[in-house]
Amino acid sequence: MKYIEEFRNGKLARGLAEAIAGEVRDGRRYHLMEFCGGHTHAISRYGLADLLPPRVRMIHGPGCPVCVLPVGRIDQAIRLALEHEVTLCSYGDCLRVPASHGLSLQKARAQGADVRMVYAITDALELARQNPDKQVAFLAIGFETTTPPTAVAIRQAEALGLANFFVLCNHVLTPAAMRAILDNPAGVQLDGFVGPAHVSTVIGSRPYEPFANVYGKPVVIAGFEPLDVLQAILMLVRQINAGRAEVENEFTRAVTPEGNRKAQALMNEVFALRDAFEWRGLGTLPHSALKVRPEYAAFDAEARFGLGYVPVPDNKACECGAILRGEKRPQECRIFGTACTPERPVGSCMVSAEGACAAHYQYGRFKDVARHASQGGER
Amino acid sequence: MKLDLLHGRVEMAHGSGGRAMANLIEGLFAKALGNAYLAQGDDGAVLPPPSGRLVMSTDSHVVSPLFFPGGDIGSLAVHGTVNDVAVMGAKPLYLSAAFILEEGLPLADLLRIVESMARAAADAGVLIVTGDTKVVEKGKGDGVFITTTGVGVLREGLELSGNRAGPGDVVLLSGSIGEHGMAILSRREGLNFDSPIVSDSAPLNGLVEAMLDTGAELRALRDPTRGGLATTLNELAKQSGVGMRIEEAAVPVEPVVVAACEFLGLDPFYIANEGKLVALCAPQDADRLLAAMRAQPLGKKAAIIGEVVEDRHGFVQMTTRLGGRRILDWLSGEPLPRIC
Ligand code: SF4
Repeated sequence: MKYIEEFRNGKLARGLAEAIAGEVRDGRRYHLMEFCGGHTHAISRYGLADLLPPRVRMIHGPGCPVCVLPVGRIDQAIRLALEHEVTLCSYGDCLRVPASHGLSLQKARAQGADVRMVYAITDALELARQNPDKQVAFLAIGFETTTPPTAVAIRQAEALGLANFFVLCNHVLTPAAMRAILDNPAGVQLDGFVGPAHVSTVIGSRPYEPFANVYGKPVVIAGFEPLDVLQAILMLVRQINAGRAEVENEFTRAVTPEGNRKAQALMNEVFALRDAFEWRGLGTLPHSALKVRPEYAAFDAEARFGLGYVPVPDNKACECGAILRGEKRPQECRIFGTACTPERPVGSCMVSAEGACAAHYQYGRFKDVARHASQGGER
Repeated sequence: MKLDLLHGRVEMAHGSGGRAMANLIEGLFAKALGNAYLAQGDDGAVLPPPSGRLVMSTDSHVVSPLFFPGGDIGSLAVHGTVNDVAVMGAKPLYLSAAFILEEGLPLADLLRIVESMARAAADAGVLIVTGDTKVVEKGKGDGVFITTTGVGVLREGLELSGNRAGPGDVVLLSGSIGEHGMAILSRREGLNFDSPIVSDSAPLNGLVEAMLDTGAELRALRDPTRGGLATTLNELAKQSGVGMRIEEAAVPVEPVVVAACEFLGLDPFYIANEGKLVALCAPQDADRLLAAMRAQPLGKKAAIIGEVVEDRHGFVQMTTRLGGRRILDWLSGEPLPRIC
């Protein structure tokens, strides 16, 4: 408990904010992307943008697991449940993501599909174990944080000899997404990254080195507590001022250069790189996601049920793509807060608490009103 | 046939209107709750004429687990309705209680619940004057559901309503938030802390009386139950067509509640309370009211947490502990743990 308070202390925050303001130089630009949805949430939840000088601009990145899953992948999960009569287990957030034909997993459930919300893959495994007459699949999503537990579950299913447990694998890789953002010549101009917290505990800090060495962008890995984020911003500002581009680690209490070797070995044993994977917003990226290795094909829902992948474009009005690339902000979407709200989301970014639209709606939208008013747009 | 209160269980016959039901009522309910009105044994209670305008409120209670640190479904069913009547500014007098029992519920558990109701009612100074029991088949209920309805008498001349807040009014909170919800959730999720989180379930009528006695110009009182403090503040702002500015640092939260919320990825502002109230009052009376609240056992940690402002959008804004600003919005969807 002491621990959490320490990282949220208001006085320390003001001290850090003053230090950042003191370092920021006229004529320089500090456009920083926080990769993770967890950081996006912390920034919004604690109103951190208010503490930063105007020259420092935080740009939300694509690190929200639910957000980057494209419509076609949710469709696959719905087909699995509706057509193959599989009991589909999923994290709560995924249930509300809009899919094709006006469906979502939640609406599929209303049509009779057996869709269950679970907190962890272990709940799905348990369900399969207790109901040998049911085929149970888990919709596995997320970056390197949630991948090792999926690997563990598949190995357990094998050890238990379960023939009715499957994984619909949509695990994606963080460095691939960062590269895609930097490789887009027409994309957002960035001066540095606040690097992932939990992801980095698994993969370590080394995989970010090319972004510093090759692309010349500083990366500071930061924890999810608000003071972690402020400290990382200060470290980035200092690097930018000094013309340095290095991978630094603010989150030393959890992240090492090598990461968690055991977790990595486990991932390698169960998963292999996909040639290509479609991301919402980022397009189809080579070597950016994982599939279940043929040795474990018995647990691979895609292989077992012959689920082909059909790409589906996003709703035309939805700007999730541009938002996930950091090119637009939620309030620039024409239907933000009107046709699209957390109760009736149109795009995935409005669903998850880690999504940029949901975070802005939940915590920050009063600022849009103030902005309109000061521009004479209201009143 | 005598009731076996040690090993017996609720059976369908206990709800069928025959002798088994009479046994249950006499041997368990009447014994624990006994008072002159219940003893009338009629289909309804005949009550003396009230001394003023009546306030009536009803609430159904479902909770799993039935027993939790700081209370059980019985005490909760009493407190919930007593508090709804009390925050209207009324003195709660009588309750009715209707039970839906699930076949198979141990009679020992039922007795424990009903005895706890009796204690809670005595504590709050109310009488349970009439009741009903039904039994549903196993699997069709969650042990026991209890609906209570309460009647109270309003003070002469008092007008409290959520639509009476205006800019400048002060927002007060009677104590720390999130304890009831987290007591239940941490029990359900199997979270173990050195000292368990104890529900704040308690009758607020004593505190309300002390507040009314100050003569402070109160606009509204409300107990932030389901949906938590954030939801209650938004309801009040919407009803009155105003906004609010809240100071996060002024809102008391017990460290163990912060820790449990952090662990489950939840926000204490959205977690239920069962023994807390929010008061809106005229600015000149705020300090006096605060002092009176702090003098009460249930108001020891009372605090001024913000003020009412003009805002036609009805935003409840909060200055965070770090000094940034955010909305304290309505709860949208169900709170879910973080996966990133
Ligand atoms: S507000 Fe809704 S529709 Fe617009 S970009 Fe965000 S999620 Fe998509």
